[in-house]
This record gives sequence, C-alpha cells and structure tokens, in this order.
Amino acid sequence: MQDTLRRKFKSLHSSAPFYSLRFVDETREQLAVRQDTIEPPRLQADRGAMLVAVSEGGYGYCATSDLSTTGLQAALDRATEWARATRTLSVHRYTPETMPAPRGERLTPQPGTSLSRSELFDLLADECRNANIDERIVERYAGLDLRRVEQLYLTNTGGDVLQQFVYTVPYAHVTANAGTETQTRTFLDAQQGGLDRIPRTGFVGCGKRLAVEALQLLLAPNCPAARMDLLLMPDQMMLQIHESIGHPLELDRILGDERNYAGTSFVTTDMFGRYQYGSSALDVTYDPTLSDELASFDYDDDGTRSEKTWLIRAGVLQRALGGHISQLRAGLPGTANSRACSWNRAPIDRMANLNIEPGSSTLREMIGSVERGVLMRSNVSWSIDDSRNKFQFGCEWGELIEKGQIKSVVKNPNYRGKSAEFWRSLKTVGNRDTFEVHGTLFCGKGEPNQVIHVGHAAPACLFTDVEVFGGEGA
Amino acid sequence: MNAQFLELVDALCRQLKKEEILLCYLSAERSDFVRFNKALVRQAGTVEQRYLTIRLIHARRQASEVIALAGSADNLERALVSMTRLRDVLTQLPEDPWLLIAEKPNSTSVERRGHLPHTDEVVQRVVEAGRGLDFVGFYAAGTIYRGFANSYGQRNWHEVDTFNFDWSVHLRADKAVKDGLAGFDWDIASFEAKLRRSADRMELLREPPLTISPGDYRVYLAPRALEEVTGLLQWDAFSARSLATRQSPLLRMEHGEHLSPKVTLSENIQDGVAPGFQQDGFVRPGQVKLIANGELAGRLVSPRSAKEYGLDTNGANSRESPESLDLAPGDLPVDEVLATLGSGLYVGNLWYLNFSDRPAGRMTGMTRFATFWVENGRIVAPVNPLRFDDTLYRILGENLFDFTREREMLLSTSTYDERSTASSHLPGALLGSLRFTL
Repeated sequence: MQDTLRRKFKSLHSSAPFYSLRFVDETREQLAVRQDTIEPPRLQADRGAMLVAVSEGGYGYCATSDLSTTGLQAALDRATEWARATRTLSVHRYTPETMPAPRGERLTPQPGTSLSRSELFDLLADECRNANIDERIVERYAGLDLRRVEQLYLTNTGGDVLQQFVYTVPYAHVTANAGTETQTRTFLDAQQGGLDRIPRTGFVGCGKRLAVEALQLLLAPNCPAARMDLLLMPDQMMLQIHESIGHPLELDRILGDERNYAGTSFVTTDMFGRYQYGSSALDVTYDPTLSDELASFDYDDDGTRSEKTWLIRAGVLQRALGGHISQLRAGLPGTANSRACSWNRAPIDRMANLNIEPGSSTLREMIGSVERGVLMRSNVSWSIDDSRNKFQFGCEWGELIEKGQIKSVVKNPNYRGKSAEFWRSLKTVGNRDTFEVHGTLFCGKGEPNQVIHVGHAAPACLFTDVEVFGGEGA
Repeated sequence: MNAQFLELVDALCRQLKKEEILLCYLSAERSDFVRFNKALVRQAGTVEQRYLTIRLIHARRQASEVIALAGSADNLERALVSMTRLRDVLTQLPEDPWLLIAEKPNSTSVERRGHLPHTDEVVQRVVEAGRGLDFVGFYAAGTIYRGFANSYGQRNWHEVDTFNFDWSVHLRADKAVKDGLAGFDWDIASFEAKLRRSADRMELLREPPLTISPGDYRVYLAPRALEEVTGLLQWDAFSARSLATRQSPLLRMEHGEHLSPKVTLSENIQDGVAPGFQQDGFVRPGQVKLIANGELAGRLVSPRSAKEYGLDTNGANSRESPESLDLAPGDLPVDEVLATLGSGLYVGNLWYLNFSDRPAGRMTGMTRFATFWVENGRIVAPVNPLRFDDTLYRILGENLFDFTREREMLLSTSTYDERSTASSHLPGALLGSLRFTL
C-alpha cells in the first residue's frame, strides 16, 4: 500500500509550490463484557488521505477515502483551489518554502503475545464476574480497545515519513447503588504497546478491587468542605496537567483560533520566559521519548521532528505548545505538536505527551507532612472556564489525611481553584517511585471538532490551601 | 449516493449464507469547512467521507465493522473482506441474549435539497462583512447522508443539504458576543443582518466588566445557555440503561424528587432534523415524552435495553441519548425578561458543564461570552466569568420562575467524527436563584 501510494503521489500535479499527502490506515477492535454478557464486538477499518496545498499566502486541504489516482488528484485539485482562494484572505501569509520535508521511519515491533479473541473475552469475563460480590453492585463492565495505526506523510519536496503505532487499552468500571446513592470506580490504562503489556497494567484483578472500593464509597461520609492540603495522585494529576497547563499553553488558543469553540487562554505571548506559572517545584516537559506513553511519535502531522522540550522550568514559563505554522505566526519557539485525529481532519496545535518531572519526596513523606487534607485519585468530573483559569474538578476516590496519617475514605471529593494561582501552591513533588504514565483518549478541540489521545505522566503532587468540598448529601 | 448504497447492499445480500442476516448503515457527508479568526481565514478545506457499518448476524450471534468506503470500484471488495472477517468473529461468540433488530420492513425516504452556494463565494462575502470586527467563526456546509438497509428488504434514506455557521465577535480577551445561523438555504443578507446584530450587542460589552462575588443571584438563562444544561442531561439522564443501573442524574426523580410543573421535555424527532430511523432498523416514533409537568414520564429505550430489561423499544440510538430535544415554552414574553429579572444576571451562554454530584443531579459550569449584570431591568455591565454549582432540582425545580413564551430552534454545531443532525428547541429560563461559587 505504501509503495503504491508513493507511486500515485509522484504522478499527481498541482500549481501549488508545496503539497503533501497524509495517509492514515487504522484498524480497531473493541471487545467488552457487561453484566457477564459479551457485547457485540465492534471492528473498524478506516483509511483515507488528506491532501494539503500551500501557495504563496494560501493554504487549503481536501480529505478523501478515494485512494485511486483519480480520487487523490481530485482532492489535490480541491486543496489547490482552496489555497488559491484564500491567498489574500488568510490570517497568516503561508510560505511554501518553509514547510518541512522530513524523512524518517518509526516502526512498531512485532507483537510478543498473541491471544485469540476467545482468550481475550475470557480475560474480560473474569473481571466482570469477579466484580459480582454484592447485590448492591448494579453494573459491571470490562473492555479492551485494540488499535493499530499506520501513517505515511509525503511531500512534493521529498518528505517521506512512515510511522506505526499500536495501542492496547484495557478499561473497566463497577457501579454500586443503595437508594439514592450511586458510586462508580473505574480502571483505565491508556498507553502504547501490544497485548503483552496487559499483565503490567494491573487490569487482572481490577474487577473485584473496583467492586470493593465502590461499596466502600457507598458507606463513606462526604468529603469535608474547607481550605486544606490536597494530595493528587498521578491519575488525577493527568487531568490537572491537561486542563490547566496543557490547554492554556496551546499556541493556537493564544493566537485566538479557538475563541469561538474551545476557548482562549489566560496566557499571553509576552509571558514566555518570565511568567511564574507555578512554585519552584514545578518542572513540566513535552516528552515524546517515553516510548509507551500514549502520544509518543517521531514526527507530528506537519512533519516536524519531535524532541523533549521544557515548557516550565522551576515554575517559570518557558515555551508554548505550538506547531510549525503557529510558531511562524507567533514568532515564538514551540514543539512538534501539530496533530490531527485522523485523515479527515486538518492538523492543529494539540498536546502530545505533557509530563511533570519527578521530585524527591516519597509518598509517605508527603502524607506525613499534611496536618489536614485529602488525597484524591481517579477523575470523574472536569470543568474549566474558556480562558482555562477557573476550574472545578472531582474525583471518584478520596482519603482524609489528619496529622500525617490516612484516616478514612471520603466520597464525592471535589476541589476548585484558578490555574494562575493553583500551581503556585504546589508544595511537594513526589519522587520517581510515585511517577506513573497515564493518558486520555478523549481530548476534544478544534473546528471541525477533533477528539485525540494525549499522554500525561506525573508523580503524586501536594498542594496547600486549596478549596476542597464534597457532594450534595442525602 | 442512495443508488450506490443500495447497489452495494444488494450485492452483499447476494453473498449471504444460509440463515445469515445483514444490516447496513451508511453515514456519509461531503462538507466544506472554513475556520475564521480576526475576520480572515485560518483553515479552509473539504472532507468527503463515507462510512458503512456492516452488521452480520447468524444463529443469534452478532458483530459489526465500520469500513471507510473508497472509490466505487473498491467498495464491494472491501465490504466482502469485512463480511469474511465478521463471519470469523461470529464463530468465537456465544448467543447474544440481548439481540433485537427490526424484522418487519418499514422503509422511508427523506430528501431535502437546499441552496448552498460555492463556499469560495461565501468566504469572500464573510470576510467583507466581518471587516473591522474581531470575528471568529466556523462555517460547515454540504450534504449529509444517512442510510439503512437490511436483508429483510427494509430501506431507509435521509439526505439533506445544510449549512451551520457558528461565530463570535470579540471586543477584548473573553468579552464577546456569540451567535449563529443554520439551515438549508444560505442567504448572505440574513448573515449580514445577524452579524450587524452581533456587532451592536458587542457595544454592551464596552463598559468595564464587573467581578461578582460568589453567592445566590436571580438569573436569566438565554436559550443557548439553557442548551448547555439540557446538553449535559443528554449524556445519559434519559437512558433506560442508566436509569436501570441507577447511574442517571435523574435518579432522585425515582425517589420522589420532581422538577417544576412547568418542565415538559420530549424527544421530538418529527420536528427535528435527525433521521427518523436508527442502526437496528427501528423507525422512531414522532415524539417520546421524557418529563411531563415536572415528573419523569418516559425513557429512551434502545433495542438492546428493551431485551435486557423487558421494555418496549422506542427506537432510541445505542447511547440512548436524545437527538431532537424539545422543551415546552412558558408564559414569559421575551421582551419582558429584563423587567421581570429586575436585578440579577443575564446569561447569554454557559460553558463546560459537568456533574459535581451526578446521583444528586448537581452540576457545575461557567458563564461565557455575553453575560451581564442587570439592575432594575436594565443591563448595567458585562461580568467576568462566574462558576455555578447547583442541582437540577433547584435550577429547573423550586427556583424556576418561568420559561419564555418564545423558543429558539438550535441546530447542533458538533462535528466530532461527522456533522451532527441533532437539534434542541428551547425557551429561555428565568430563575429565582442560581448558586455561584467562584
């Protein structure tokens, strides 16, 4: 397929000085067991190509699933028309000669483990069945998302990049109910890799554990409401980083592209290099080098080579999340994060792997330093204003800490704050032993809308003087 | 497109083996997408996509695959490869106890042609109209196709030409006016008139913004703000599965809680723009009452839930979420909203809602765009974004004063995966109190 596409691409013609083809071939299989019943398997075989044309001043695209030479030429013609039509109407004066022409290859290793579909269903059925420990358990669900993606990026200026990705994502949830009280615990391990990574994820055994925890939450008191210390575990740090560092640093938001939909940012271009984003304990990197993390890649969808980059160092804002075109528009350095969710959407500035570097404290030391606070894990609710400043987040699981010790489980733990202040209350950053790699499959943004996967790795982090509160009560 | 779809399905049906059942669902579109920023073009392009869901059933076992259709010559080959793959999957499955499909053919066809000019012309005119404004927007236009066919001979087709232009005009930072224009026939004069109205309303933002302290305030939620509240309920509030597994945010309504008697909410397919059929082949009833006079009156039951819980299906989609939500109007004339509000907040838009305690129906979210402080029935100044956190039972229950007499038909602007055909027909809501926390 790749060589055929290369041949076809060579035969295409356009009056645009620069044009490219980005081919995406994705196969996917979603397997699940719910209430001990196999859900109908859902397969997907998606493939298509986006043709982009850049003329002096203009940019246009056309995406098609018709991969015949005629279909590709028709798409390139339409992209070229768009580039011509927007030559004098564009927000940026596009310059064909600055478009990257990368060459490279990122191949995934052959799978080390092969399991039949029946064996996979057995794996899921075990977790579903083992969650059935009490009549108050009202829903049990275990699933597996298997995905393989191959992307080929070609440019008329000699660019040729082939990249392959494999994702194996196990997930589960268990819900318990008593009267008007319902509590859910979930499991998600979203990383790159094949089936051989399942034993390392903690999925095996999660069904019973989630059920026990959901029942514990049914009986737990509401999280107390007060200003207090907040210890966020890595699976909630994922959301905190995502919403209140990642999105505000996206350069297209700062440039105003997203103001009509996803929103703007409280960060402005003059803040880079001097703005105290967080306490001196805060070090944030864009890091595509952790090979298993969800959004690791060698080149972004505009062909820019990815490399580890410091975005915030010792609390000071250093660099934005902006791809090639945004960097030119803003006159600022950025990262290789121009990404599209598939062949039928154009690349825009996205997060990729956005991580907090580990500190030096053990979890025990962090808990020991808390006079009164709450430990929270597993995000369940997220809401933030369109400048990515005022936020309110909720978790499934809370543990009350008093006088340096975990005292009890609390339900419906929530907290709220402002990004511009919250990170300055970061007191302690956990060490490498507390560091975990997570990711989300559902980051929504862009017009037309795109949902994409991003990776977030972090240690446990302790914040002081945060507004914490619980649920509505009976 | 319809002929190609039917030809392909007929060819696949001819390849069925004994006792196999085939269901096919086509979801396709040809769309022009143009993003604007600062009244200029940020990104312009065209997307042509055709996704066929092939669902194969044999001996009460079922599996499906979504394939991207390519050039017409390749389509049958790709679909046959998919059927072979599905046959292999079926051999590894037990019987599905919750399988339910429509077996009695009920064919329908809807085609609605619109007037959509070449998008290049639209772009030129929009840039001219937006000159001098900090205009940000997104224009999506083209033909949407949905088709269903099964081996029982049922054929359903839904084909509409639509456009949806969603924009905001910005004064500074987050101070902006939001508006939109959607329908079947593009009319530049209508756009220019609405854009002028946006620009006029922006004048109201020129006053220095007020920062309002947390607390309880009288509030008017304009239809687009209320759309965010009902949009949150669309997640799973009315789902038969969520209600049965006690996960619906309306859980307390099954334990004696109720909303204001003024709240009557329906899934109103007959007056919306969504297809009247779904992926299992069931043709939907024109209207399903969900809340009647503040009481839970119905639920959306997918065929799968119908089998699982012993209910009758009402042709809900697999997510059991409404697609054509209809909230009955109240008695408050729109032109009396400010006077009736007296002193409080006029909220043009809400943003990023989520549940802060789902089983209790408690939700949080932000004000956005044009939100104003009103005193003695007059707009005083814009306000900085505020966070609310309150329960549905207070918002649309004890604190609901009235809905407006006039309603707005809001066509969904969502383009995740594909252009949405969902809509909401909503009034505005005047609340005696809404709790703001940050």
